[in-house]
Amino acid sequence: MSEKPIVLEACGITKKFPGVLANDRINFDLRQGEVHALLGENGAGKSTLMNILYGLYAADSGEIKVNGQTLVLNSPRDAIQHGIGMVHQHFMLIPVFTVTENIMLGAETDHRSQKSNSPLVRLDRKQVSQMVRDLSRQYGLDVDPDAIVGDLPVGVQQRVEIVKALYRKANILILDEPTAVLTPQEADELFRIVRQLTARGVSVIFISHKLKEVLTIADRITVMRGGRVVGATTPQESDEHQLASMMVGREVILSVEKEAAQPKEDVLVVENLHVRDVRDLEAVRGVSFKVRAGEILGIAGVQGNGQTELAEALTGLRHIESGTVQLAGRDLTNRPPRVFTETGLAHIPEDRQRHGLVLGYSVADNMVLCDYYRPPFGVRGVLQQNVLDENARKLIRDFDVRTPSPYVAAGKLSGGNQQKVIVARELSRPVKLVIANQPTRGLDVGSIEYIHKEIVLMRDQGVAVLLISAELDEIMSLSDRIAVMYHGQIVTTVDAKSVTREQLGLWMAGVQPEKA
Amino acid sequence: MDWRRFSFIGFIIVFLFTVVVLIGGGRVSPAIIISSMLTTTIAVATPLTLGALSGIFCERAGVVNIGIEGMMLAAAFFGWLAAIYMNTIFKFSPNTSLWVGVLAAILTGGLFALLHAWLSITFKVDQIIGGTVINILAVGVTGFLNRQMFFGEGSIFGGNVPHAPGLLPSLSKWLAPLCGGPEGCLGLPGMIQGTFLDQKPVAIAAIVLVVVAHQVLFNTRWGLRTRAVGEHPKAADTVGINVYRTRYINVVIGGMLAGLAGAYFTIESVPSFEPLMTNGRGFISLAAMIFGNWTPFGAWAAALVFGASQALQINLQFFRDAIPPQWAFLQHAYIVGLAPYVLTMLILTGIIGKTTPPAADGQPYEK
Repeated sequence: MSEKPIVLEACGITKKFPGVLANDRINFDLRQGEVHALLGENGAGKSTLMNILYGLYAADSGEIKVNGQTLVLNSPRDAIQHGIGMVHQHFMLIPVFTVTENIMLGAETDHRSQKSNSPLVRLDRKQVSQMVRDLSRQYGLDVDPDAIVGDLPVGVQQRVEIVKALYRKANILILDEPTAVLTPQEADELFRIVRQLTARGVSVIFISHKLKEVLTIADRITVMRGGRVVGATTPQESDEHQLASMMVGREVILSVEKEAAQPKEDVLVVENLHVRDVRDLEAVRGVSFKVRAGEILGIAGVQGNGQTELAEALTGLRHIESGTVQLAGRDLTNRPPRVFTETGLAHIPEDRQRHGLVLGYSVADNMVLCDYYRPPFGVRGVLQQNVLDENARKLIRDFDVRTPSPYVAAGKLSGGNQQKVIVARELSRPVKLVIANQPTRGLDVGSIEYIHKEIVLMRDQGVAVLLISAELDEIMSLSDRIAVMYHGQIVTTVDAKSVTREQLGLWMAGVQPEKA
Repeated sequence: MDWRRFSFIGFIIVFLFTVVVLIGGGRVSPAIIISSMLTTTIAVATPLTLGALSGIFCERAGVVNIGIEGMMLAAAFFGWLAAIYMNTIFKFSPNTSLWVGVLAAILTGGLFALLHAWLSITFKVDQIIGGTVINILAVGVTGFLNRQMFFGEGSIFGGNVPHAPGLLPSLSKWLAPLCGGPEGCLGLPGMIQGTFLDQKPVAIAAIVLVVVAHQVLFNTRWGLRTRAVGEHPKAADTVGINVYRTRYINVVIGGMLAGLAGAYFTIESVPSFEPLMTNGRGFISLAAMIFGNWTPFGAWAAALVFGASQALQINLQFFRDAIPPQWAFLQHAYIVGLAPYVLTMLILTGIIGKTTPPAADGQPYEK
């Protein structure tokens, strides 16, 4: 490996934002044809470093060398010119454009020997789409140049992004959290593509906070924490535990420690539920299950198989076509959300920013969204500010929410802390059932560990927990029983201890279980 | 633009024409009525077409421009003023003066648009507020200067409105040498000649600009980048497109188109300025833009519908005496005059299908 020449080198990169030292004298290098993973939690400074390498931010000090030549990158245009391409976590594609139009955007005449600088130069869609076809054949990236990007699944959109970089003759590719939005199958496909790219001499920087995939794909690993490089290693010399503690800065318990469940009476009883989605198609098609007090039922499944609609129906947010929902012995079918809450439901919604918090409200106000109208928080229609204040300070302490004050807008907090505000609000109330939908999506290892511990704690206190997650690891480590959802139906329900990852993967993909 | 929408437009235009033919048919030959309707339709659709194109350039780049009304009004005033100055003070020929007036109108629209761009792109002021500022500013400035310069004691022109240099000549006048006399032109039938060759330069320019705008937006590099900036500015930024610059230029192009629409009012349609004379045309343009789903041809078709409904009103006045007693209520011009506004409301309710604005329309871009 070490004989290969260094194609990109960053020396002593420092970048300050108001109040934060995002990058502190970072040194980083990339050799030709390797995958160099950059591992770190959210806020460790990975994205800042990459944005500097891609010319989106200017570094305060330090220098960048590409192929030994020191460069000043003032804009992405400069980076592109020197062969640096970037696939952003949130794709930079225009949904209403075709694949070809997205790829040619900003480099409309680059395929010509004589580039034109006239803004009114005619678009040459035919030739570019032919180039896209050639590139996709050459690198094994299957894309249809004439498709509208918005119609494509995310995995294919990501391939479009990669082709977009290759069309610009990138030989250094930065992939920012590339698997965050992919299904396990799509992620495997991405790894295959990455290997094919490196085999052809492309060098890849792979940014991630997922340990397993970094160990799978990387040749070298650099770990960042708090804006600094805290270590460098290779997959051969290291393992998940070592990487996790480097990343977080202390020992991390990766697998959740929990006793065997002590299930008691039925708390949530769902019978033959049918629910339609926003497009008025049937999304939940006859689902029945029970969750007992003191157990965690995990619902596994690839996203978009009706889990969102199921969760909404079970919390009073979506109309139920037919079937019944019973919570703690009361029939709550099609009752309003407040009745659910008052009967003893805690809901950690899928989209914390849209459905979990009012981003413009303070942390203190967000912490009483379920209870503001009744004593002790609201007395005869007047909010008791001193009680709100006391409540907020107590929850911030108990649930370790990192906020400068209870009166900061919730939108200003980091993702992990926003989720902790929701968890604090929901789990601090006397509840009988917790519905947690994707509770750790997009969070860093430290926050994930914390939220998992809280969920298990609720179970041990005799609360029923319904966990919906697309992360198989999360489902497997937390659940006592696992139900697999496919195409709006529950394919099977099994004991969590008696099932393997592979088996679950097959059921999630629609393979029917053998009748036992 | 889908076919459903185009056929709906076609249907309304045919319907409006039929109404006039039915009413006037007793006394005037249908060919003459249709020819007259067509001529008026194209002429009165001119400011709407240009206004809609103005909106398309702004909004395709992601800047909402409800200030088109004000830009038109200001351009109408300053274009006219420039023409008068050139003619009466600097003693240029009426024709030259009028062309300078058109240029001045375009420039005025561009300058007002620059103000809008500055407010909404650089200072990220709410774009509806920015547009409203332009509209109020235009009403105030033109109303004030109009009175200060032309009316009352101590006004610059001493209380007499100077003689305006007239109107831009129609196309057939330009082609007169080619046609060998005003009656026959290249052997074209009278109806075609009446409809198209009797149009004046701004009206012709509007039609040409529809085709040009379509080509620019959908088949050139500039257009691709403009639409990218209006759909997903961050994506455009990451491929090295200067979002702010692209937006600035498009808003100014839009303002210049609104300026040309302004020239229609005082240099091509009537040779005088009146306060508030644009009379909501800028807003109807926006309705045409929306109904045309932010495409030049669609917006043009929608502008023609509004044009036709206005032509109905104008032509009914010509055939007033011919209106049969059972249609007598149509003699009240204001009833028919409501048509464009009612149509605007109908279109904006979305009953003729939903339209999709550019995704980042109206959102300031934060780097």
